[in-house]
Formats: sequence, structure tokens, C-alpha cells
Amino acid sequence: MSELTFFLIRIAYLAILWIFVLAAISVIRSDMFGARVPEAQRTARAPGAPKPAKQKTSRRKGSPTRVTVTQGSNAGATAGLDGAPILIGRGTDAAIRLDDDYVSTRHARIAASGDQWFVEDLGSTNGTYIGSVRITQPTTITLGTQVRIGKTILELQK
Amino acid sequence: MSPGAPAPQAGSSVLMGFVHRRRRGAELFLLVLALAVGVGGYAAVGLGVQGKVPPDIIGYGGWLAALMVGAHVVVRLVAPYADPVLLPVVAALNGLGLAVIHRIDLTEQTDFARQQLTWMTLGVVLFAGTLVLLRDHRVLARFTYTCGLLAIVLLLLPMAPVVGRTINGARIWINVGPFSFQPGEVAKVLLVVAFAGYLVLHRDALALAGRRVLFVDLPRGRDLGPIVAMWLVSLGILVFQKDLGSSLLFFGLFLLMLYVATERPGWLVVGALLFSAGAVAGYHLFGHVRVRVDTWLHPFEYYNNPDGADSFQLVEGLFGLAYGGLIGRGFGDGDPTRVPYAESDFIMASIGEELGLTGIIAVLLLYGIVVERALRTALISRDGFGKLMATGLASIFGLQLFVVVGGVTRLIPLTGLTTSFLSYGGSSLVASWVIVALLLRISDQARRPVPGLEPVDETAQAEEATQVIKVGRS
Repeated sequence: MSELTFFLIRIAYLAILWIFVLAAISVIRSDMFGARVPEAQRTARAPGAPKPAKQKTSRRKGSPTRVTVTQGSNAGATAGLDGAPILIGRGTDAAIRLDDDYVSTRHARIAASGDQWFVEDLGSTNGTYIGSVRITQPTTITLGTQVRIGKTILELQK
Repeated sequence: MSPGAPAPQAGSSVLMGFVHRRRRGAELFLLVLALAVGVGGYAAVGLGVQGKVPPDIIGYGGWLAALMVGAHVVVRLVAPYADPVLLPVVAALNGLGLAVIHRIDLTEQTDFARQQLTWMTLGVVLFAGTLVLLRDHRVLARFTYTCGLLAIVLLLLPMAPVVGRTINGARIWINVGPFSFQPGEVAKVLLVVAFAGYLVLHRDALALAGRRVLFVDLPRGRDLGPIVAMWLVSLGILVFQKDLGSSLLFFGLFLLMLYVATERPGWLVVGALLFSAGAVAGYHLFGHVRVRVDTWLHPFEYYNNPDGADSFQLVEGLFGLAYGGLIGRGFGDGDPTRVPYAESDFIMASIGEELGLTGIIAVLLLYGIVVERALRTALISRDGFGKLMATGLASIFGLQLFVVVGGVTRLIPLTGLTTSFLSYGGSSLVASWVIVALLLRISDQARRPVPGLEPVDETAQAEEATQVIKVGRS
């Protein structure tokens, strides 16, 4: 065989090597963007582990579905727990708006972790109380636990 | 009921919705290309050396294809979400290695390629076995100390009087019947498991305690125990088995895993100091270390040196690399067999001579891809043990390649380590295939969509039922 043939074989083999390298790199590149998941499926997945549990929480028997104001000027006001975390305060963005002078604009928040519910004070002026204890960190609440904010009392209800 | 009822904030965390595709089709496509690299190499060697396509190319290609397809089918069945790039890349490296070994066989009249193919078959079988038997890598965390003990026993085994054997000055071999085996190759996989299990449990103590000196967080004295122990083991290998490469590999491996587990550069400083101390002491105390360093610094003065310190191999390797130039001489036109151990330690020089810098860079890129995929697996892995294990396995490939290529190209002193997948050597090849199986297992776990969030009605209801009971209890 001629020199040229050998030269072509040499180049061809190097080309195969490099085609392989580039193909592997292009697969890596396309792998960075993951799958296209249908919208409904993605929203179910998107919130990560805790939130789907929360959605189920709302459908379960014997577990709270809403927060209701039981005492105070806004007695009767309510908010579904589907929209958790629920902001409570005097501000317009709060899920439960309280017309209570002792309540801060963004006063407290009710959120879930797993199948437990927490109330968390958002640095309010007058504090958030469970019973007579002012809470300093997220505190677990269950059905019927009375959470006092200013002159208002809220609780989780079915 | 609508199980997929969108939560109001769902849109804010699109990143969490990221799911990996299985990409098994891409893997098959890359495997076909990898087969082209292997069989093409075999054909090019036949054409270049003997002037004709080897007559057994159908059988050879068929065997290689059967191995690759077999591995692919196993992955498809038991690890469907595993990384799609790792398997083809190592298959291509193995195929290229076989071709180069075959090319050296043709000149030297040896039969290494056939043996290597047998070892590759065993390696692929163990690869499949590992994937089938080990469905969850976290099981290995239970065997942390067993693995550590087994690794130390394996490392000590070559020192035992009956089975141990000294080949080329290094006492790292054992004889089992007609076979000789390097237990250190298996030990390194076990060590990764042991380190990962240990560090996952103790990293907080190692990471948090300590004081700060000159911008570096230095660890506490009493936490230095494991690193000093590992340093002593490495020194022991260096002194008693005269194996420079493994000693470097084990110490580097432990240091890297420690650094990754604790995120503290202080460990790197301590490790570098210990390494320097060991290296300086080794240079002054041990002849075999001094020879390596001297031939590294002044290779041409020791070329064909009659009294002991000989740099013949290193210099011939450099000649080969230079002769190869940019695009290489082509298979059959170079003279790689001038270098002793051209098929194992110096296979990079053989590749450099006949495929040139272009080929060497391609090979290095392939190794880079292997390490990148392994580290990527570590990044996306959801459990600490898997993260550390993947990091450790990536470090094995990375360190080994650095030590070998650095030695051949005279960047660092020459040490005896195998080039995973490429060079001739059964123990190393089999161990490397098992490492790849472990990496695929971890990546399968990591890339799999989070379980339990599938919006399937049955599972949702089943979960509801279980949760009702839970709430009733609380």
C-alpha cells in the first residue's frame, strides 16, 4: 500500500477518536438541561418534598384545612391552608388582614413542615403568643391551639 | 380529585422541577462510536503493521460488541437513570488500549492483548454483577470498618511469605494458583468505601473544631489521628513494598476526601506538610526513591547508566513522544517497543508515538470526561456517603492518571501506577470496571426522580391512608 493510504488511515483513526470525544461532550452538554416534564407533572414536583405533603394535608381527615380568627375585630375571617405559608398582619399582602392596632404590618406566618404546622413571628412589635407564652422561634401548633396576635386570637380548624 | 393541583408558589422553584432524562439511547449511540474506536484501532494496527486487515477482526469486533451491548443491557435494566457517558468512554479507552497492546504484541511476539481481552471480559462480568447485586450504594456504608480492615489485610497480603511475590522490585503481588494479582487494586476501592463511611460520620468533628492560624483553619491535635494513621500506612507501603505510586495514591486519595468532607483547606496544608516530610525523608533514606528523583531531574545523564540508576525507559519514552510529534507516526510506523513495558507503564508513550499529541490529548480528554462525570455524580448525589464515595472514585482515576502521565512526560518523578483501562494489567482493569459500576450505581440513585412525588393516583391514596393513621397517633 502507498504512503498516502497509510497517511489517510492515520488521519481517519485520529478523526474517529476525536469524533468520539466530541460526541461524548455533546451528550454531556445536552444532559445539562434535563427532561421536559409536562406542566402538570412539573408543578406537582416543583415545590420539592414538603409541599406535596402539605397539599395532601389539606385533604386529610382530622387535619386542619384553614386558619380562622376566633376573637377580635376580624372574628370570622378565615384563610385556607392551601395557600401556605400564610402571612398574617395589617399589610395588604397578608392572607389574613387584621384591623388591630397592636398588630404589625407583617406580623406572623403559619407554615408547614411535613405534616406539622408552625407559627413563626416575623419580628413583630408586640409579639405572638401561644397561651401566655411569647414565642421566639417557630412553634408547632395543632388543631385548636390558640395563637394570640395583638387583641386577636386565631386557630387552626378542620 | 386532582393530585397535581398546582401549589401557588410552584413557579418560583422551577429548578426543583429539573429531572434527568434516562439517556439510554444516547449511551447506545456513544457505545457504537466507542466500538468504532476499538475495532477501528484493531484494523488500523493490522493495516499498519501487517499491511492487511486482521483476519479475525469479525470475531474480535463481535466479542467487543457483545461485551459492550451486554453491559449496556444490564445498565438499561438495573440502572436506567445512570450517567450515559461513563460507560461508552471507558469502553472506548479499553478498546483503544487493546488495540495498542495488540500493536506491541505484533512486534514483540507476545500475547498480551488476548489476555487483556480475557481480563476485560471478567471486568465486564464483574461490572454487571456489581450493578445487579448492589441496588443501593448506601448499603456499603454498613461495611465501613469491614472494608477498611479488608483493605489493610489486602495491602499486607503481598508481604506474606508464601503468596507474596516481588516483581520489578515492588512487592505488591500475590500468587493464587497460576494467576498473579495485585491486591492493592482491590484495596483502593475498599479504601474509598471505608473513607467515605468514616468521614460521613466524623466530618463535623473534623470540620468544626480547631483554631485559625494565618488565614488557615488548622484542625485540632486529637483529630489528626486518622490522617497520621493514613500517612503511616502510605509510608509503610513506600518502605516495605517499595511501591511509590500506590503510596502516593492512597495518601492523596485520603487527603482529597478529607478536604471534600470537611471543606477545610487546613487539611490540605497539613497533608502537604506531611507529604513533603515523607518525600524528603524517603529521598534521603531509601535508594529506590532517590533513583527515581535523580533520573527525573537528570534523565539524560543516567541514560544507559551501567550502575543501577538507569533512565533508559524514561528517556526512550520521551524520544517516542518526540518522534510522534503532532499527529503521530501512525500504527506500525513508530518504534514504541524500544521502551521497556510499552504495553503497561509506558502505554501513554506508545500512544504518543503512534497517534501523536492529537491522540494523547483525545485520551486525556476522555479521562477528563470520566473524572468530570464522577464529580458531577458527587455533586447531584443526595446523600453524603454517595457524594464522598463518588468523589473518592473520581480522585482515584484523576490521581492515577496524573501520576502516570506526569511520570511519563517527566513532570513528576516516575512512579509505577497503571493507566486505568488503557494499560496491560488484569487487576487494574477488573478493579476499574468495578469502580465504573459503583459510579453508575451512585449516579443512577442521584439522577432518579425523587421517589414518592409521582402524581399517580394509587400512590397518592396509599400515602393518604398511611398519613391518616400517623395523624391519629399524634
